[in-house]
Amino acid sequence: METMVELRGVTKRFGAFTAVDSVDLQIRQGEFMTFLGPSGCGKTTLLRLISGFETATAGRVLIGGRDVTDVPPYKRDVNQVFQSYAIFPHLNVADNVAFGLRMRNVPAAERAKRVGEALELVSLQGLEKRRPHELSGGQRQRVALARAIVCRPQVLLLDEPLSALDAKLRHSMQFELKNLQRQLGITFIFVTHDQEEALIMSDRIAVINKGRIEQLGDATQIYHAPATAFTADFIGEANLLKSQVVYRNGILARVRLTEGVELAVKKETLQDSTSQALLSVRPEKIYITKTKPAKENAFKGTIEEEVFRGAMDELRIRIGGTPAANGSHTGLSLMAMVPNESSHERSWHKGDTVYCTIHTDDIVVVEQKA
Amino acid sequence: MAGTIVATDTPAAGGRKPPGRAGWLLLAPLLAWLACFVVAPTAILFAYSFCQRDELGFVVWEFSWENYARIADPVYLKIFGRSLWYAGLTTVLCLLIGYPVAYYIARAPASRRPTLLMLLMIPFWISFLLRTYAWISLLKADGLVSATLEMLHLIPEPLEILYKPAAVLIGLVYTYLPFMILPIYTSAEKIENSLIEASMNLGAGPWRTLAHVILPLTKPGIFAGVLLVFVPSIGMFAVNDLMGGGKVDMIGNVIQNQFGQARDWPFGAALGITFLALFVISFWFLHDRGEVKRT
Repeated sequence: METMVELRGVTKRFGAFTAVDSVDLQIRQGEFMTFLGPSGCGKTTLLRLISGFETATAGRVLIGGRDVTDVPPYKRDVNQVFQSYAIFPHLNVADNVAFGLRMRNVPAAERAKRVGEALELVSLQGLEKRRPHELSGGQRQRVALARAIVCRPQVLLLDEPLSALDAKLRHSMQFELKNLQRQLGITFIFVTHDQEEALIMSDRIAVINKGRIEQLGDATQIYHAPATAFTADFIGEANLLKSQVVYRNGILARVRLTEGVELAVKKETLQDSTSQALLSVRPEKIYITKTKPAKENAFKGTIEEEVFRGAMDELRIRIGGTPAANGSHTGLSLMAMVPNESSHERSWHKGDTVYCTIHTDDIVVVEQKA
Repeated sequence: MAGTIVATDTPAAGGRKPPGRAGWLLLAPLLAWLACFVVAPTAILFAYSFCQRDELGFVVWEFSWENYARIADPVYLKIFGRSLWYAGLTTVLCLLIGYPVAYYIARAPASRRPTLLMLLMIPFWISFLLRTYAWISLLKADGLVSATLEMLHLIPEPLEILYKPAAVLIGLVYTYLPFMILPIYTSAEKIENSLIEASMNLGAGPWRTLAHVILPLTKPGIFAGVLLVFVPSIGMFAVNDLMGGGKVDMIGNVIQNQFGQARDWPFGAALGITFLALFVISFWFLHDRGEVKRT
């Protein structure tokens, strides 16, 4: 597929602070790309480098094959939905949406037609004459969206556009945005710190940390095969377990997590020289049983905490080690998520003895050293 | 899905209710002050404007339209016209000079704005008369401005602008400039940066962003500034007196003269009332157009 946006070694410094650190990235035509990361990670700066509100300290920015590194924002074929929506308060809904077309000297008749189409696309027909202060937050968000897509840009940039909406509306907008993107075929670049939002909408996700792309991949790759401890921890929840390699044989290796707890891992996931590894295991991949299963990687443990989370129960389970005299405990605490089976009573209670099973397929090595 | 939009916030309902008993009590000092020092003097002036004077200049309580009829005299109409012309020119110059300054201060980093505003306010700590005399010494033929320009060979002979219309204009613009800058600053400061970015993102270059976003959003400030400069500069007399050398009389000078040397209070009152009427009419006119709905 054709490349729509390309970043070549792009760096942005603000004084001594490096917000974006030599980023290389190719975004394909028609792709839904998400920049995901914590606040201050540089994802918004990266977006602003594409929209032209920031100029790269080093590197090149290409849009549609054209080098736009030094092109001002008003001459780039990208439109943006701002986090604050940035609706012009002195213009009504129709004039807000028509703004970009007026600036491009589109004739009045065509302008009216395209504004009508854009408003229909975001279900705002009939509100043309409304003033921004007469709109709800969700409606303003739609005006901002219509104003951006009416120009038919090559790339649509969305800077955390859903963060100000309530949870329900946000969720329905996520699906609407995704549908809109498929319908229009425009390249979307979406910035968010909400990992769930990123997983739901994106074709590809760039996980960004400290101005660098930590990992690039689709939602499944990012979630199930995190490349780094940061990604494993930031996307969803993860048990990050330090381990020491104690034994290698055939296709399996054994690593020691803590006193009395050894885990079998696939040997190919470890390098030959590795002696220490950081493992990531998703909480829902820890299987809990009340009786001892006849499987490998099953550990006896005690439920330390049980939290009701609606569809799931969150358990903290202590495995290995021995209780100390002062009430503290050695060993290791695992976080597990189990489906809520009964609607009448809780299946798990604090203090219960349980068995945790971890399949070797579900163990991801995120860091290793000799 | 699209039909069921949940309103996350309700649009602000702008309603005003009359003050309660406690409200009136708190307003009382202000209302008393207004009654004593605004309403009463204006009423006295209004009454005087229909009276006559005797040979010694005392007010004779005898109803007459004569004072208003005298205003229609071409001499006074000419002075009225000149006042409007100078006030208009002053307003335009203040707007042209003041707008970029106000915008610059409003867009400066928040940490630097108080300093810049302070620089604007410092002249107010010095007496108005002193500042006007300072201008006279700057502008006179052997003054600092003329001497500097001559030294730089930019002008062949000493500058002759003092006691000319140009000097009056400089004085008026100098006096009223802050009253143009401050209201524009107030409305420019409220413009969110993202609105300017949105405009640029939608294809508007700097000038079109100015015309289509920044100017419309600062309209309330512009109208307030125009009002604050235009209205008082019509009635100004001190600057024209000192810097115009009595050759550039405006309506303020005429009114002042009626209450001073000419000792014709009824005529002065009639001029004052006419002036006030113009003031009120122009205020209404501008105010209705200055309203901009904001979120």
